[in-house]
Amino acid sequence: MLRFVLRRLAWAVPTLFLVTFLVYVALRIGTNPVESYKRINPRATPAKIQQYIEVNGLDPNYVRGYFRWLANFVTLDWPRSIKGSREVWPQLKDALANTLRLGAAASTVGIFFGLMLGIYAALRPGGRRDVGVNTAAFVGISIPPYVSAILLQLVFAVYWSRWFGATLFPTSGVYPPGHTGFNLFLMMKHMVLPVTVVAIQIIAVYARYMRSSLLDVLSSEYMRTARSKGISERRVLFKHGLRNALIPVVTIAALDVGSIVGGLIITENIFSYPGMGKYFLSSFGEGDFPLLMPWMVIIVASVLLFNLLADVSYAWLDPRIRLE
Amino acid sequence: MAVADTVLPTVSPRRMAFNRFVSHKAAVVSVFILATLVLFVALSPFTARYGVNEAVQAPPNYFLSPRANAWLGTDDIGRDLYSRLIYGVRVSLIIGLFSAMISVAIGCLVGSVAGFRGGRFDDVVMRVTDLFLAFPFLVTLLVMRNMLGAITWLTPVIGELSSVRFIIVLFAIFGWMGVARIVRGQVLALKEREFIEAARAVGASRWYIVRRHLLPNSIGPIMVALTFSVVSAIIGESTLAFFGYGPQAGAGATSLGILVGQAKGAVNTGFWWLALFPCLTLVTIALTINFIGDALRDATDPRMQKDA
Amino acid sequence: MTTPVLQIRDLKVTFTTPLGPLVAVRGIDLDVHPGEMTAVVGESGSGKSVTFLAAMGLLPRTATVEGSVMLDGHQLVGASPKLLRSIRGRLLSMIFQDPLSALNPVHRIGAQISEMLRAHSSMSERAARIRAVELLEIVGIPQPGDRALQYPHEFSGGMRQRVVIAMAIANSPKVLIADEPTTALDVTVQAQILEVIQRVQAQFGTAVVLITHDLGVVARVCERVNVMYAGRVVERADIGTIFDEPTHPYTRGLLASLPQAGVDRLVPIAGFPPNMLNPPTGCAFRTRCEHAMDECSQRLPELEQLGSSMTACIRAKELVGR
Repeated sequence: MLRFVLRRLAWAVPTLFLVTFLVYVALRIGTNPVESYKRINPRATPAKIQQYIEVNGLDPNYVRGYFRWLANFVTLDWPRSIKGSREVWPQLKDALANTLRLGAAASTVGIFFGLMLGIYAALRPGGRRDVGVNTAAFVGISIPPYVSAILLQLVFAVYWSRWFGATLFPTSGVYPPGHTGFNLFLMMKHMVLPVTVVAIQIIAVYARYMRSSLLDVLSSEYMRTARSKGISERRVLFKHGLRNALIPVVTIAALDVGSIVGGLIITENIFSYPGMGKYFLSSFGEGDFPLLMPWMVIIVASVLLFNLLADVSYAWLDPRIRLE
Repeated sequence: MAVADTVLPTVSPRRMAFNRFVSHKAAVVSVFILATLVLFVALSPFTARYGVNEAVQAPPNYFLSPRANAWLGTDDIGRDLYSRLIYGVRVSLIIGLFSAMISVAIGCLVGSVAGFRGGRFDDVVMRVTDLFLAFPFLVTLLVMRNMLGAITWLTPVIGELSSVRFIIVLFAIFGWMGVARIVRGQVLALKEREFIEAARAVGASRWYIVRRHLLPNSIGPIMVALTFSVVSAIIGESTLAFFGYGPQAGAGATSLGILVGQAKGAVNTGFWWLALFPCLTLVTIALTINFIGDALRDATDPRMQKDA
Repeated sequence: MTTPVLQIRDLKVTFTTPLGPLVAVRGIDLDVHPGEMTAVVGESGSGKSVTFLAAMGLLPRTATVEGSVMLDGHQLVGASPKLLRSIRGRLLSMIFQDPLSALNPVHRIGAQISEMLRAHSSMSERAARIRAVELLEIVGIPQPGDRALQYPHEFSGGMRQRVVIAMAIANSPKVLIADEPTTALDVTVQAQILEVIQRVQAQFGTAVVLITHDLGVVARVCERVNVMYAGRVVERADIGTIFDEPTHPYTRGLLASLPQAGVDRLVPIAGFPPNMLNPPTGCAFRTRCEHAMDECSQRLPELEQLGSSMTACIRAKELVGR
């Protein structure tokens, strides 16, 4: 098992470098960092511009430039943002914390309810509740996050107060404007709507995966063997069915991290939630290379990390994989 | 199982697939809804009530709620939302359809070669697509968009940044990967089957086997992939447009994404029609195509047996 | 004669299908006596597996079961799920056709066997583990202690079938149903598995029902044979009688299609099994029977005594010796 993890890790590290290199090239072509710098700082002196090129590794040669950037990055000598020359890490750290909170809450809610609904549907294939769950899941995957976000905003920001005279859930930010300090209740209240938007997607996706996977398992021979033992239906389902059904779900789940992050980006933007998504969209819009690169590294690293986690849990769930 | 052993009356596979498709009630309803929508769009000279940039009446004409001369209300400069939705859906459907067709063509080619030849090519293709698919879609989309737009020598081929052609190319670049994975999986499964072995044994060429045996037998999964590519391109276009990176199909022209994007501003002011109708249209299109894809999968996957 | 431990009377099983009701088992009577090895022979689709899955209460929800199945004083048709659960695996257990898919891939062999033990007794985890190893030894698995900690994919097909047998006999059931236990296995392994079944039958005094389509397998191990066709028992006799003086045309057809020394031409039974959604009137075999007359389509023949066998053919008497 340990060797398995180490081998996967050995794969992940070169991939991380390769992908960050590709991202570096894509961003240099796509956002043209030097031009962006000049646009935002029109009065920058040639010496300043030269210094900017220097610290960001914007050498005309992409390979040399990448290693220059990498050297600065790993020694934590991060260049400042082009707009307002702010330090990157404090901003990124806050954004990351906010997003992790939102993402963790949405994933927990989403995966839990998704799996439950999937099981609930699969237990009576073709029945009314199966059709209900399946149809609802289809609606769920067909609603892009910004659509559900807009509709929720419309209801809660405009009509709720119009109908009931008071707002129920706030529709923007982490705290009300002007609030300082930590307040768990307020924070959770602000998270309700964004979490709902992201969770709808996760629920829909997981319910479908779980349903079809469990249906496959339920019709397998070993489930009949388990039943022929005379153990309770509950034990048949939980001991013999679920673990097998989770194997394919886990694999697909890793591939799905990308779309969850995508959903988070969109949701954050609509709810003015100061997380990674807002951070990305604003810095991408301004072509702020020093802000974008660390963000990209975190995203690439977490995608690879989740893939690794999925592989490991896959091997943990399925003894057939372990030996290879 | 014992039930399956029993001999049933013979029905041709195609007939059986049709029967199974029709038994998916949601899909049948979806076909009708989608057909109506396409008809409305195709007949836009008759169905649209105003030009794309035409105001419904002399000012004051902005933000009118739904009424007789503007069934779905008007936008910030007095244009008819109903007519604009028809024009917008037209652009979105074109984007969805064309990019899906390109995706499927590339995906079939790459997927069948990867699945059939295996080896190094297969490894590389699968690793690259894995990586792309695991990455947040929106981020890749935006970065790729800017990158392709900045490469000037590509412009004559793929069109200006924000042209409809550019958007189609952009989604084709993403779409083929999902299709390739599906086709590859299908080819891998079919490769081991006896009739392929038999074809190989009598000395059929590789390309012949792919063309005559593998692709026709993969037609179900390919059709399913096609429907899902259409949906993802339409939703993708909307996403781009929502964040202001969408197509500009000529002055004042519109797309579903642009209309949904306008809804963002309408939310705070409470002009509900501007949010509701474009969103509803988008979801309807996505949902109906998804249902049709699901029914196609049920219909063409012989493994699927309805228990009830 | 002893009282039968398993007594099936007028059992009917109907499946609801999109194409209409499918009657897979059309009223059969069958007795299994203690310690006996009974064969149920028939083509696929003849309803032989369905009969016993019905007895186990393991049919899908789309099936309706009518008639009576008495096991050791318990009525199993329409029994509560709770009663069925307490009987399954304790009094009545089953070996399935495909050992490759019959075992749960994610649990250890030992755990899968001890689960069977603990389901029906208050045995401790530890005691069950120890007993599971003993059982593995009984069915002839070398190094049972180590093997118990392995997963199904580490076993060959024959070894897995031994594990399934060990599991099935764990609680010394009164009746063991072996549903085509050797069909999925290599010929050399088939004989070993049959031998294991015979051995555990002798050791545990279990009655065994061997469901198979292979008369060759039957000849080797069984005492009594029930031949099934289209959801009915068409002939029942001792093994010797079946081979020496078959009375039903279908049984004769089966025997003629069996490879034998000295006979170099196999005679297959012409035609196909009937469509069970719409079975022929009267005798279901008449569509393939060379002796069929108009009368055969008039009524459903019942099992009747003829010599030392029971047979369901209205022309059986006149056909004897032909």
